[in-house]
Amino acid sequence: MIDFLTPYLGNQLAFFSWTLIKVLAILIPVTLCVAYLTLAERKVIGYIQLRLGPNRVGPKGLLQPFADVLKLLTKEIIIPTGANKFLFVIAPMLSLMPALAAWAVMPFADGLVLSNIDAGLLYVLAITSMGVYGVIVAGWASNSKYALIGAMRSGAQIVAYEIAMGFALVCVLMMSGSLNLTTIVETQRTNLGLLGWNLIPLFPMFVVYFISGVAETNRAPFDVAEGESEIVAGFHVEYSGTTFAVFFLAEYANMILIAALASLMFLGGWLSPIPGIPDGFGWLAAKVAVMLFFFLWFRATFPRYRYDQIMRLGWKVFIPVTIVWLVLIGVLMRMDWWPW
Amino acid sequence: MNFENLSFYLFAAVLIGAALSVIFSRNPVHAALSLVLAFFTAAGIWLMLEAEFLAISLILVYVGAVMVLFLFVVMMLDINLNRMREGYWNYLLPALIVSGIFLTELIVLIGGRVMFNKPADVPAAITSEGNTLQLGRLLYTEYLYAFELAAVILLVAIVAAIALTLRRRKDMKLVSSNEQFSASRESRLKIVSMPVEGGRREDPS
Repeated sequence: MIDFLTPYLGNQLAFFSWTLIKVLAILIPVTLCVAYLTLAERKVIGYIQLRLGPNRVGPKGLLQPFADVLKLLTKEIIIPTGANKFLFVIAPMLSLMPALAAWAVMPFADGLVLSNIDAGLLYVLAITSMGVYGVIVAGWASNSKYALIGAMRSGAQIVAYEIAMGFALVCVLMMSGSLNLTTIVETQRTNLGLLGWNLIPLFPMFVVYFISGVAETNRAPFDVAEGESEIVAGFHVEYSGTTFAVFFLAEYANMILIAALASLMFLGGWLSPIPGIPDGFGWLAAKVAVMLFFFLWFRATFPRYRYDQIMRLGWKVFIPVTIVWLVLIGVLMRMDWWPW
Repeated sequence: MNFENLSFYLFAAVLIGAALSVIFSRNPVHAALSLVLAFFTAAGIWLMLEAEFLAISLILVYVGAVMVLFLFVVMMLDINLNRMREGYWNYLLPALIVSGIFLTELIVLIGGRVMFNKPADVPAAITSEGNTLQLGRLLYTEYLYAFELAAVILLVAIVAAIALTLRRRKDMKLVSSNEQFSASRESRLKIVSMPVEGGRREDPS
């Protein structure tokens, strides 16, 4: 395909523009998914609470996300007095950038990946660990007490849960012996289908990873950074219009990212759960959708955790559990007591 | 000039700009954020040198964890800049001497190699197998004891840091989690049946 560009643009420019096209081919669907995830969230929570959810804009409310986006884009951006203008404006971008950059190494099917690098998992960990800056900078630059408190809470929470998340991923890479996301999926391929996935031997790690993921994305029940009943809206209390929309986009893009990573590393990515049925992108999409449904379900079901309980869960429960499982997996692998 | 050179000069310019801004910015939060930018661009340059593991761990450790805690502290402290700038001229001379010595040492150590010899190409084994794999293999075989020793020293440092700063406050209102978990309905709540005063009379069952 790239050959068709080379005569017009020359080698380097053709490569550059071809990569740009591939980037857009990932980012536009991700953004559309974010748009419909917001609608799905309102619909799912609506049905859980015995309401109908939005159903006015377009057939069955299907155009609601676009109405929301238009509304947010036309609103005025208010910069508070005494706020640091440059940091205030750049903070939403700081939180969106990692959420989108991490998709560069995400494989969608065998060979269907923008950049198939060997240290893919490390790259994802490193890039997502930068997302916290958007929150902290936003809280500080707003020159507001509520925003600063929200930023502090979120920062402490993300640092705490990142460790548990990292250890859970160490177990995954021990199982597959690689940091490359495509290899991680391919090592889960057995002729047993679902039983070969990392989910079975690493089930506690899957739970730890997913709950840490919910905490990392600041979603309910770990949304103390927003905590609208205590600190109004936390770090984004002063944001309006487009800047708020960018924060919103980052949060939902991060949710999809966590769901996709969980499906790749624990649920076998694009592999089919039943032997005999062909693999494909559809399976990955279905798994991501199920994981995203869990996010929404959690939000509709659990009350918000108290702050000290969040810290306790992160440091005193998850980290010891992951270390114990790490040693256990190590011993099992060393002794070759592997049932499959 | 190809794409690689172009991005190197871009990264280098941003890195030097960020590093200067760490020193010269008057606001400590800006300085800390500039340091983050400096780390990030340094990681970019390392990535171009095919040192992917080093680059990614720089971002993961320094940008993702250390600098976050730094920013925390800087934001919480109300730093009085005027007091920090006192005695600038007194410190200038010793600072210049120390940095002069640093600079000479750096030039002697690295400068000669870079200026007069063409830098060697990256060994083929590293580019074909990937830097992460090679590094891991070396660390866990040849340098295992040094690696473990470093890990133990770090562990001792963590424990020492916690032991030095841990003070039990007398007036702390923290409730122990055991107490919270063992709370039962019987200990907190009592249902008493009372006679209804007037109005509609309902069966208590």
